[in-house]
Amino acid sequence: MSTTQETPYLFDPANWEFGAAGSIPSFIVTHLYYTGLALAIAILIAVPVGLYIGHTGRLAFVAINAGNAGRALPTLGLVSLLVTMFGLGLIPALIALVILAIPPILTSTYAGLRAVDRAAVDAAKGMGMRELGILLRVEIPMALPLIISGLRSAALQVVATATVAAYVGLGGLGRLLVDGLALNQYDRVVAGAVVVAVLAIVIDLVAEGIQRLVVSPGISGRALTRPSKSFPTVSPTQPRAGTASAG
Amino acid sequence: MDYIANNVDLILAALGQHVVLAIVPVILGVIIALPLGYLAVRYRWLYHPLINVSGLLYAIPSLALFVVLPGIIGTRILSPINIIAALTIYTVALMVRVVANGLNSVDPTITQAASAMGYRRVRRLFGVELPIALPVILAGLRVAAVSNVSLVSVGALIGVGGLGALFTRGLQLGYIDPIIVGIVLSVLLAVLCDVIIVLVQRQLTPWSRIGGRS
Repeated sequence: MSTTQETPYLFDPANWEFGAAGSIPSFIVTHLYYTGLALAIAILIAVPVGLYIGHTGRLAFVAINAGNAGRALPTLGLVSLLVTMFGLGLIPALIALVILAIPPILTSTYAGLRAVDRAAVDAAKGMGMRELGILLRVEIPMALPLIISGLRSAALQVVATATVAAYVGLGGLGRLLVDGLALNQYDRVVAGAVVVAVLAIVIDLVAEGIQRLVVSPGISGRALTRPSKSFPTVSPTQPRAGTASAG
Repeated sequence: MDYIANNVDLILAALGQHVVLAIVPVILGVIIALPLGYLAVRYRWLYHPLINVSGLLYAIPSLALFVVLPGIIGTRILSPINIIAALTIYTVALMVRVVANGLNSVDPTITQAASAMGYRRVRRLFGVELPIALPVILAGLRVAAVSNVSLVSVGALIGVGGLGALFTRGLQLGYIDPIIVGIVLSVLLAVLCDVIIVLVQRQLTPWSRIGGRS
C-alpha cells in the first residue's frame, strides 16, 4: 500500500486547491461537465421519442425493451468497444455515456405517458384541446414524476459510467480511482470513491428536490393528504403512486 | 471467429466466474431484503429511514463501492468477496423497497379475511401476503438480477470481473473480438436470468395466468 506518512489524500488541503489542475475540485467540475453534457444529449434524443411513442402508442415495443436492453448492456464492455473502435478521446466515451443514459429516460417517459388516466385525456379532448395542448398541458404534467425518476436513474448511470471511463483516459473523478489503483495509493483511491459517491448522492437529492418543485401538488398527492414527505418515485415498478392520485 | 476457438478455456473460465459473481449476490440480497422489507411495512416509522438509506446506497457508483469495500470489511483488494458484497448491497438497496411496495400492495381486506379465518401473523405472511406480493417482488428481482450481471464486469478494473476481463484484455490489445464476445455473453446471461425468473414466476403464481394475460 501507500508508503506516505502524510495526511490522507482526501484531507490534504493541497488537493482541494480550487482551479489547480489535478485537484479534487477540478475533477468534480470535469465530472459534472461530462455528466451534464451526456444527459443533455440523451434528453434531447430520448424525451421527444418517448413522448411520441407514449402519446401515439406506436412503436411501443421499442420503449418497453429499451429499458431492459440498457440494463443488460455491460457498461465497461460498451466503453471498451467504442474506444477500441474509434480510439481514445472524449467523443467515444461520451457516446457510450449517451447510449447508457437514453434507455431509462425513454422507458420512463413512455411509461409516464401511458400511466396517464385516459379519462383525463378524454376530458381534455372534450374541452376542445388539440393534440399538442393535451400533450403539453395534460399528459406531460401528469407524467412528470415518472419522467423525472427516469432522469434521476439516467444521471446516476452516467455518473457511475463516467467513473469507469477513466480507465480509457476520460478525466473526472474516476482518474483518482484508476490512477490510485495503478500507483498503489489506496488513500487516493478512497478519496476518489468517497467524493464520487457523495457527488452521486447530492445529484440524486437535488433531482429529488427539483421533482418536488416542478411536479404539481395535485399529482404528487401533497395537496390531498399528508403534508409529510412521502418518498417519491425512483423505481420503474411502483404501483401505488399512480392510483393514489387518480381518484 | 478464431478468437473464440483459440481461447475457449479462458472465455469459459471468465463466464463461470461471472455467473458466480452475479448470482450469489442476488440470492444473498433477497435473503437480507425480505425481512427488512417486511419490517418496513410492519413498523411504519421504519419505512422512510430504510427506503431513504437504500436509495442513497443505490446511488453510489459501482467502481467506488468496489474499491472502498476492502478498506471497510478488511478483505484483500483482489478478493471476489468485494464484488459479491458490493452487488449484495445494491440488490438489498433495490429489493427492500420492492418487497415493501409488494407487501403494501396487498389488499387489506384480504389480510383481514385471512386473520378472520384464523391465520396468525407468520402463517398469514407466508401463506397469503408473500404469495400475493410475489409478482411485484419478482419484477424487482428481474431488474436486480439483470443489472447485477452487467455490473460484474466493472470489477475487471480491480482484477476480478468475470467477462469484464475480456473487455480489459481487448482494450489493452486494441482488439475488438474479445470485447464483442464478452458483451454478447454478458447480455445472453442477463436475458437467461430474466427468463428463468419469469418462468419461476409462472410456476409460483399459477393464478395470474388464469383469465387472460395481465
